Amino acid sequence: MNEHTIVNLPDQATARIPKDNYITRENGLLSWLLTSDHKRIAILYLISLSFFFFIGGALAGLIRLELLTPQTDLMATDTYNKVFTMHGVIMIFFFLVPSVPATLGNFFIPMMIGAKDLALPRINLLSWYLYMAGGLLALYTMAVGGVDTGWTFTTPLSTHYVNTNVLTTGLAVFVAGFSSILTGLNFIVTIHKMRAPGMTWFRLPLFIWAHYAASILMVLATPVVAIAIVLIALERTLGIGVFDPTKGGDPLLFQHLFWFYSHPAVYIMILPGMGVISEVISTFSRKRVFGYTAVAFSSVAIAVFGFFVWAHHMFIMGISNYAVLVFSLLTMLVAVPSAIKIFNWTFTLYKGSITFETPMIYAFGFLGLFTIGGMTGVFLGSSGTDIHLTETYFIVAHFHFVMVGGMLMAFLAGIHFWWPKMTGRMYPEKLSQMAAVITFVGFNLTFFPQFILGMLGMPRRYASYPPEFQILNVFSTAGATILGVGYLLPVLYLVWSLRYGAIAGDNPWQATGLEWQTQSPPLTENFTEMPVMDHEAYDYEWLEKQKKEKGVDSAG
Amino acid sequence: MPDNSAITSNVAHEEHPAYLRHHFSSAEQQADAAGFAMWLFLLTEVMFFGGLFTAYLVYRNWYYPAFVAGSHQLSVVWGTTNTAVLIFSSFTMAMGVWCAQTRRRRGLVLSLALTFFLGLVFLGIKTIEYREKIEKHHVPGFHYSLQSFLDPQSNPEVYAEYHDKPLVPDMARHTELYFSLYFLMTGMHALHMIIGIGILGFMILRARTGAYTAGHETFVVNFGLYWHFIDIVWIYLFALLYLISRH
Repeated sequence: MNEHTIVNLPDQATARIPKDNYITRENGLLSWLLTSDHKRIAILYLISLSFFFFIGGALAGLIRLELLTPQTDLMATDTYNKVFTMHGVIMIFFFLVPSVPATLGNFFIPMMIGAKDLALPRINLLSWYLYMAGGLLALYTMAVGGVDTGWTFTTPLSTHYVNTNVLTTGLAVFVAGFSSILTGLNFIVTIHKMRAPGMTWFRLPLFIWAHYAASILMVLATPVVAIAIVLIALERTLGIGVFDPTKGGDPLLFQHLFWFYSHPAVYIMILPGMGVISEVISTFSRKRVFGYTAVAFSSVAIAVFGFFVWAHHMFIMGISNYAVLVFSLLTMLVAVPSAIKIFNWTFTLYKGSITFETPMIYAFGFLGLFTIGGMTGVFLGSSGTDIHLTETYFIVAHFHFVMVGGMLMAFLAGIHFWWPKMTGRMYPEKLSQMAAVITFVGFNLTFFPQFILGMLGMPRRYASYPPEFQILNVFSTAGATILGVGYLLPVLYLVWSLRYGAIAGDNPWQATGLEWQTQSPPLTENFTEMPVMDHEAYDYEWLEKQKKEKGVDSAG
Repeated sequence: MPDNSAITSNVAHEEHPAYLRHHFSSAEQQADAAGFAMWLFLLTEVMFFGGLFTAYLVYRNWYYPAFVAGSHQLSVVWGTTNTAVLIFSSFTMAMGVWCAQTRRRRGLVLSLALTFFLGLVFLGIKTIEYREKIEKHHVPGFHYSLQSFLDPQSNPEVYAEYHDKPLVPDMARHTELYFSLYFLMTGMHALHMIIGIGILGFMILRARTGAYTAGHETFVVNFGLYWHFIDIVWIYLFALLYLISRH
């Protein structure tokens, strides 16, 4: 360890993983499958999420491979349609939506607020089973032929024209939706009712605020997509006519119902990631997050504004010009709280003691890529440019900058940041720093060319394209292989570290959250006695004082 | 690790009632959390039904004459009876909650059983109504018939009451949309009733053993919220589907 690090590990010769912790308390497969411990459920989610991520990733690889050449040579066009649809369905509903909340949120919300568990532990387990049922149904769908409507289930394509497995995919999304609703509901109740004494709303870590805002969206928006899917299913099977123009129904109604969920859903995906970034940036610059209150309320503002912008997905679908005007304006408003966050994180760095451990490198990646993703969102929010850019690769690039460059970077930042707490062991620092940089480079090489392709007019969702676009597509595919390496590396070394990683001790980062003030891995009950919060969040002076009072290093 | 060896003794069982789960520090906190969760769940239900109400709002505005003609095919008598049945069941449910809170076991069982029975009565009446729709070919889909709307006199009972004029074919075919929404909304409501009745059955069995009358009535209270919510949904459905032209 050189001096440019805050890592503070116990003496490896004498350090031991505590004998009694949430992993060792009970043994056997059933003790995991029937657990109601939020930490174990988080681990179940982490394993299953990663599994679905790599399936979705493999499909993305196939897409990029097909697009290496202008002709359709790897697969038939209808296969290509199925591949990008399943890529979207799996990545959105089975990875991005539950990613941070179901793993890190599940694990750390109770610990950060000083509770023993979520308010509804059995509901929490139920939500994992619903998630798995939905996920396996989606895989089954893929095995029996897939679906080719795009992840948006656009009517009347999905109700009248395709003969693929719309119903089973719809059911998979419906079931996974209930998993998401229950998770959000559980978080809200927990944050309201389970806080430790002294843990006031404005002492909560910003991770909690971000999850609170995302949970509001999960609870209020998800039921609407559920009913939209029910209507699709009934339209398809019984011909009820609500989306069928020949019977007086209007396909646009489906778009409204679908995007009423699916736009807020992108905030469900990104907000918890923003929570992770707040924690990481504060810890690795040794400073309280600048403008704590502003960052906290900007999460809530994103959630609230997020409900009133959905029709910007429909600018070219024949909604009225006045609606376009209003939704365009409201869409711009979302940029304000997002920018508040970015600026405040940047100010947090100002005059901080910055160190460059892996979570921080991912967080820097997030700052840059999310900013680009967010700014290009403003291009798409203004109706004039949107009409030119929508349905091109520009929108693909925008979405992936926000979701992969933003959310996935935040997810990996969080996984590395809390890995020592979850497992009691450190990941290999040098290798993981390298993986973070590889991810960043690979990401830019993959998706930046897609902005240009979109500007030049290459439409999305086609297996072939005019030959003049090939060079940029080759860049993109090459980048995707690098990105693939960047994602495989963490799986390998994180699994390796479970056995061979250095013992982390309680608080390797010298972070201030309550979750760091207990043993790693934590006890089943999280704390030996109920913690009392007597200081503000991110209070590094309090931490120093604690260390002096104890007379021992907290890592000891 | 200075003093983490004696951890388990600190968190061992203290004296507490059997229903208090480990992660709560008091029974009040537990009841509070459960109640709050129930209200949130009802909020998700509002959003779920909200999608259907949105569809109703749009199509009723577009096809008002068709919606009026469609609503005339429903029986206001049965609808009113069912509304009364449900409101009365809300009363018996509220009595049940009161009995649980004041620890009256027999009163609780009786109230729950009455609620259960009234729920079944509601579904029975709904079945009669649905059967009538099937007989008149008013079920959207394959066998939908426009006859009642193109030639209202073919349906003497309804005609005697409302003297509806025939709709032009283009408007008449939109009655199918009205009946789609009718079946969707009342069907979704009936599904909630069936689930509720199932849970009531379970509660009656447990209430007989005194499970809710020993200080832990949270389940009954929260189920009461659910039951009242379904009733409120029905009151909206009754007004929107049966009483369109009566204002």
